[in-house]
Amino acid sequence: MSIRKIFLKACIFLMLSTSAVFAKTQIEWWHAFGGRLGELLDEQVQKFNASQGNYEVVHTRKGNYSETLNAGIAAFRAKQQPHILMVFEVGTATMMAAKGAIKPVYEVMAGSGGFNPDAYIPPVKGYYTTTDGKMLSLPYNSSTPVLWVNRDLMKKAGLDPNMSLSTWSDVGKALDKAKSSGISCGLTTAWQSWIHLENFSAYHNVPFASKSNGFAGLDTSLQFNSGLHVKHLDMMGKWAKDGKFFYAGRRNEGGANFRAGECMFFTESSAGYAGIKKEAQFDFEIRPLPYHAGTKAPQNTIIGGSSLWVMSGHSADEYKGVAAFINFLSGTDIQAKWHQDTGYLPITIAASEKTAADGFYNANPGTDIAGKQMMGKAPTENSKGLRLGSFDQIRGIIDEELESIWTGKKTAQVAMDSAVKRGDALLRRFEKANK
Amino acid sequence: MEKKVFFRGWFLPILLILPQLIISIIFFFYPAGQAISNSLYLPDPFGLSSEFVGLENFIFLFNDSYYLSSFVTTIFFSTSVSVLSMGLGLYFALLADRIFKGAGVYKTLLIWPYAVAPAVAGVLWMFLFSSRIGLVSWYLGLLGYDWNHALNSNEAMGLVVLASTWGRISYNFLFFLAGLQAIPKSIIEAAAIDGASFWKRFRTIVFPLLSPITFFLLVVNIVYAFFETFGVIHTITSGGPEQATTTLVYKVYSDGFVGQDLGSSAAQSVILLVVVGLLTVIQFKYIERKVHY
Repeated sequence: MSIRKIFLKACIFLMLSTSAVFAKTQIEWWHAFGGRLGELLDEQVQKFNASQGNYEVVHTRKGNYSETLNAGIAAFRAKQQPHILMVFEVGTATMMAAKGAIKPVYEVMAGSGGFNPDAYIPPVKGYYTTTDGKMLSLPYNSSTPVLWVNRDLMKKAGLDPNMSLSTWSDVGKALDKAKSSGISCGLTTAWQSWIHLENFSAYHNVPFASKSNGFAGLDTSLQFNSGLHVKHLDMMGKWAKDGKFFYAGRRNEGGANFRAGECMFFTESSAGYAGIKKEAQFDFEIRPLPYHAGTKAPQNTIIGGSSLWVMSGHSADEYKGVAAFINFLSGTDIQAKWHQDTGYLPITIAASEKTAADGFYNANPGTDIAGKQMMGKAPTENSKGLRLGSFDQIRGIIDEELESIWTGKKTAQVAMDSAVKRGDALLRRFEKANK
Repeated sequence: MEKKVFFRGWFLPILLILPQLIISIIFFFYPAGQAISNSLYLPDPFGLSSEFVGLENFIFLFNDSYYLSSFVTTIFFSTSVSVLSMGLGLYFALLADRIFKGAGVYKTLLIWPYAVAPAVAGVLWMFLFSSRIGLVSWYLGLLGYDWNHALNSNEAMGLVVLASTWGRISYNFLFFLAGLQAIPKSIIEAAAIDGASFWKRFRTIVFPLLSPITFFLLVVNIVYAFFETFGVIHTITSGGPEQATTTLVYKVYSDGFVGQDLGSSAAQSVILLVVVGLLTVIQFKYIERKVHY
């Protein structure tokens, strides 16, 4: 057989095989998950594709959360947008303001039947729903910060690993002891702004920003330079200076230090579970996030994570496919498995009940703490979540100002006043650009 | 009599420079024009609407103390990287020029880092210096030094300068070595016979003869330090701590693609365009005069 013939045959084969794929309607999903999370996401997609013959979901990883959002925005400008885009909670206000770029989930699901937004637990649903109760994006993965404890190190420091750690002054006492017995890293944290300012505000029922943290309008301004915020950061700054609090970086760099058994306490998302369980060679425990006594705490903590936004500009048939996929993802089995595998919160009520019935919480003590901490009380206007424009950038500003507290360059009050001023300038720009 | 060649009409000249013209228009004039027009607008991220704001983007920038300090950061960073990488490149080239045995191995090893992409180089250095668990920082810890470039801005700056310089030494080495080998040995021998020491020979003969190459490298290195070190900064510090390693180019990226503030990002690009233009003019006008070809 001549090379020419082989080439022709190969071409025909390729044409036939690709046309077979195109018989199904393709739904593109861009996301930010690699590693273990990526595998679990792929598993969900394969299950959906195998469950029916009309649609095929194709998923692509576009980098981290920020990069995925950028890729989606750039693609929309080039009219090449995917059907479904994963956006982290910080990008929520940006997506909500982009009225012509998105197709709200309630519109996509209208007439598809069987979809019940009330299946989602209120604190999660609330984050992605308009004030009049219309769901704009589908909650996908949500977590909330908790306190991770290395019990072996506590014993080494001569502490009772069962001691109360519910308030920050309890934590402070433990850190004193750890320091004096030579433990080099008493406390470290991941996502400092999310945990020590955003969740801190909700947990203590004080506003992070005006207008219900931005839920009630774009003309919101930041308020995290209050006395309580400053008191907390002052305390952390002192701990940093005394070598009790070790700052490793803006994202979850501190996780490596905690998993290596170097740090006694670690404030991190409940979704750190998968990694810590896999790597930690010590006895660890999950505790609720500490609070300051004599305040309105503990209220409830808020979520981090992402939701799925449906982009505009696709055909009706494709949106049917998207609706089918959303229905599939909301299923109890899918949700319960996701929660148990990843440590993300159970985001539907049924999934939470199923997980309890499966005996998962008994077998893995502490994994229910995040859910309880978030569901404990009905959310107030300070603890529903945040809806602020340019928030990824504002978080960058907060990170910078916090770093200046940890290094002792600024006092907590000066740093937070400056963060509020700089952040407000960005909020005004966002308000102007999205009028 | 002087020979004069000229083309009748304009068709042929235009045709001859057309390829370069098209490339310049597509890759320079069109995007630069877009940047200038975008810098006068405040668009939303998705490009759904856009408001004309005149010079407000520029006013916003010059009222931002962090933007002003990123100028200082950029100057410090570019100067350090250029001086260090050129100095070390020249030093290694002088050494390599004098050895005869195993020169090939020596040269190959020195050129090797140039093959490593900036982002990859950044990740390598980040692992080496990762606070408390990196190889170097762990040994520093044993010596009692607590390395943490996530917090200490001097350490962060030092590390990005080191990583950027490391990858650049090879390039400078290569050019300096070629330059050294092009200098006729007879001149140097003559000077040696006249009793000039190595240092004197270097100062009065070698260095002046190298000046065209030094000038070329200076321009290229400053452009490198401005634009191509993005990968290193992004992977090691992301511009932190407290914007201590945010250069002008990094800020264009972080405001435009992290902050989705494309108006401000465009305004910064325009400013950068002007700055780089000025730098090039200065270099050619003042420094080139001192160059002997």
